[in-house]
Amino acid sequence: MHRIFTVFCVMALIGSVAAWAVTRPGVITDADLDGLSGDPIAGAAVFWAAGCASCHAATGATGDARLTLSGGQRFVSDYGVFVAPNISMHPQHGIGGWSVAQFVSALQMGTSPAGHHYYPAFPYTAYRLAERQDLVDLWAYWQGLPASDMPSQPHELGFPYSIRRAVGVWNLRYLRDDFTITADLSAEATRGRYLVEALAHCAECHTPRDALGGLDRAAWMAGAPNPSGSGTIPPLTPDKLTWSQAEIAAYLNDGFTPDFDSAGGSMVSVIANMAMLSDADRLAIAAYLKALPAP
Amino acid sequence: MSYRTTLIALSALGALCIGPSPALAQDTPAAVQARKGQFQIMALNIGVLGNMARGTTDYDAAQASTAAANLVAISMLDQSFHWPEGTDNMTIDGTRAEPAIWENLPDVITKWQAFGAAATGLSAEAGNGLDAMRAALGPVGGTCSACHDVYRAPQ
Repeated sequence: MHRIFTVFCVMALIGSVAAWAVTRPGVITDADLDGLSGDPIAGAAVFWAAGCASCHAATGATGDARLTLSGGQRFVSDYGVFVAPNISMHPQHGIGGWSVAQFVSALQMGTSPAGHHYYPAFPYTAYRLAERQDLVDLWAYWQGLPASDMPSQPHELGFPYSIRRAVGVWNLRYLRDDFTITADLSAEATRGRYLVEALAHCAECHTPRDALGGLDRAAWMAGAPNPSGSGTIPPLTPDKLTWSQAEIAAYLNDGFTPDFDSAGGSMVSVIANMAMLSDADRLAIAAYLKALPAP
Repeated sequence: MSYRTTLIALSALGALCIGPSPALAQDTPAAVQARKGQFQIMALNIGVLGNMARGTTDYDAAQASTAAANLVAISMLDQSFHWPEGTDNMTIDGTRAEPAIWENLPDVITKWQAFGAAATGLSAEAGNGLDAMRAALGPVGGTCSACHDVYRAPQ
């Protein structure tokens, strides 16, 4: 009996060490970014495509105020309230003191400079698919953004969601290195896939989630409950979103549906981002949506 | 069973099969139908301008001016009778109007007035060429969104 207990303890110890090891936050080093140099002009396009301002600008900010990423917006979820942090260029309250490798680690590994997991309310799951050159360009653009001394507020999460290490387990299951749509796509729709899946993270709202909050890839863009209020987030699959490619692209630019109803809710902020893209990129997004499989 | 009774029975059965939707449309209060109608008139006229701005139709100064004038006219409709208490989306079907409207009436009125101001600005520019009209149309769309963002539920 004593012997069995010893074996059990040893196994448990090995299991704990293994669990600790596999849930360790991943890091991207300077060496991983060797040879890349950032272009702030190209980074501006990445900034708008990635939608950073929609969550990290102050609540209700419009126009140039959307460039001040002071944080503070509150995102109510089933797990508690996530509060967007200050990611402005402020060296203490923001991320102005980060290295480019720390920036890319946050975006692609969901790991903070202190080596902790971010919660996946921050869509590193999408940015993980981005080209590193684009993220280095983004960091170059970031250097010219304003600083805010607004202190970041803590998330308001209950147990067990307050255990950040548990995100490591979540990452094992949900952190993917492949695009969801793997069918043959035109060059235009392939560009659209990159914009939608790696940068704009449209699926975060337009795709339903499973019990653990992971996106249900089998119902990709099939619509979902509204995370921030009543009603539902509409489906984007071509059986439901029957607008033409040109109509979708125009909507992303001027915010009017084909019936000239205006966008509302979170899409107002999304369209403010999308309006900054090129016509070609908006058409590419629309081409990708038209190529989605109906569920 | 007389011919008349059979007919009534069949009608009742038919109504059951069709389901509640047609009845629902009739039950929608007149005030809700009226305000939805006013938004449809706005959308139709914004569409005239929006299609010119998008380049899907050719710019026509006279048509643009007419559409902008219609938007100004709508903005001058007093809204008192369009929004009776109890016509929010939590109380009745057939509307996307959030209860928050009735909790923030001064803000709602401010937003409606902002639409009026933007429409007036558009009306001054609509006949002055495509670029001028396009530049003045953006702020009108902004005032639509400003209200929908807060006070209209998603589909």
